[in-house]
Amino acid sequence: MPQIICRDLVLGYDKKIVSSNISFEINKGDYLCIVGDNGSGKSTLMKALLGLVPTMGGVIERADGLAERDIGYLPQQTELQRDFPASVEEVVLSGCIGHKGFFPIYRMSDKIRAHKNLRKLNIDGLQKRPYSELSGGQQQRVLLARALCAADKMILMDEPVSGLDPAATLEMYRITESLNRDDGMTVIMISHDIEAAVKYATHILHLAHEPLFFGTKEDYIKSGVYRRAGEGGIRDERDV
Amino acid sequence: MKETFDLLFEYLSYPFIRYALIVGVLIALSSSLLGVILVLKRFSFIGDGLSHVAFGAMAVASVVGLSNNMLLVLPVTVVSAILLLRTGQNTRIKGDAAVAMISVGALALGYLVMNMFSMSSNVSGDVCGTLFGSVAILTLSKLDVWLCIGMSAVVILFFILFYNKIFAVTFDENFAVTTGMGVKGFNLAVAVITAFIIVLAMNLVGSLLISALVIFPALSSMRVFKTFKSVIISSALVSVICAFLGIMISVLLSTPVGATVVAINIVAFGVFFSVGAIVRRK
Repeated sequence: MPQIICRDLVLGYDKKIVSSNISFEINKGDYLCIVGDNGSGKSTLMKALLGLVPTMGGVIERADGLAERDIGYLPQQTELQRDFPASVEEVVLSGCIGHKGFFPIYRMSDKIRAHKNLRKLNIDGLQKRPYSELSGGQQQRVLLARALCAADKMILMDEPVSGLDPAATLEMYRITESLNRDDGMTVIMISHDIEAAVKYATHILHLAHEPLFFGTKEDYIKSGVYRRAGEGGIRDERDV
Repeated sequence: MKETFDLLFEYLSYPFIRYALIVGVLIALSSSLLGVILVLKRFSFIGDGLSHVAFGAMAVASVVGLSNNMLLVLPVTVVSAILLLRTGQNTRIKGDAAVAMISVGALALGYLVMNMFSMSSNVSGDVCGTLFGSVAILTLSKLDVWLCIGMSAVVILFFILFYNKIFAVTFDENFAVTTGMGVKGFNLAVAVITAFIIVLAMNLVGSLLISALVIFPALSSMRVFKTFKSVIISSALVSVICAFLGIMISVLLSTPVGATVVAINIVAFGVFFSVGAIVRRK
């Protein structure tokens, strides 16, 4: 049963259309990679799924008991965060902010949840450390732990490995795989790395100005879109 | 040394000096708390821009001859704060440009209005007082003091009740939206409180120097402290201590209040900067 259904989505900003005719479904336990060139609307699509930006047309439907709050978000790091004074614990706990309503302090259950996620991502020794002094891979895991505190059914990741060294990249993919396989979380990931997408994902959405492909990874590998991307240059028909 | 202290205690027995101290310390406390948010969100210049707007409104109010300037100054500043803090997202003019534009525009218009229509015989004195803080802090009425106490209480309460939300929104606004907390209402509250603090702080340091009260304590603290909670606590303490020392020194040496408080803040920044550099080298 699908958790999210998108039909004929039109995305853009400032009244300019970036991407249109986007239709796809995500089922529980899927691992969807969104690939495509810069400016093809990948991040905008993710923000629309999260309700951060309005769509310009079409519908996004949540089904199967998935509430908006059940979706965790791992955004790209901003410049602002790199020197932000914050301990790891403060960042991870802030994922629980949606649970507490008007209650001004975190509950015990929030703290336990935060600690569990720190342990799961293997960063429980870092909780008192300043976030700004961690390595890129550690920072990314802290933000992921925060996202897991917010929601545990589905996670949306915006280029989680960008800027990471090869070891940290591999670790990030391993963690994501385990969240998907062992915890049954639905994963939607934006990626630049088509090879890794094909290796780990179950489904691929290849965006240009229109979706060039949506389907399972196996079909994607057989498709012309993948072969052309591999040859170093996929072009939207309209650009030609 | 003993004579200085005797003089100090003598001064403290005057109610107007006690009022000045209470108001100064409370304004310093509130603006330093807000300052942490504004600095971290890269809104350091908001304070500057808003205070110039308040200056413009003050000029218009005094020329029109309103019995109480606050009736015009406060609403105008609040509206500007809401508009300026909204820029960040989806606006055509970028945030820093919008702030700069409104800031210098209001300053110029305020000065123009004051010069053209003022009944006062000492226009440049009035202007200088509004820009750099005047002796006004020594002529506060009981009402001013209570207004200030009330406003500071609101700010402190806001920080206690919403401390975790303040962190979440300041660290990552988009993420906070996805968790379903009301970020819009929160930002509105920050904008309104900022405007109130700015207007109150005009009494203390004048509209050109308000930014100093907002940014210096936060920037000093961030040199040394690396967690959100420690930065907040340190900013509040630094700001209160600097304001207290600044006011006392200005009373003893008859220096301008606002400039003295800011000067002490600069010294504090120097100290924190050095300590931060030494700690990091170890």
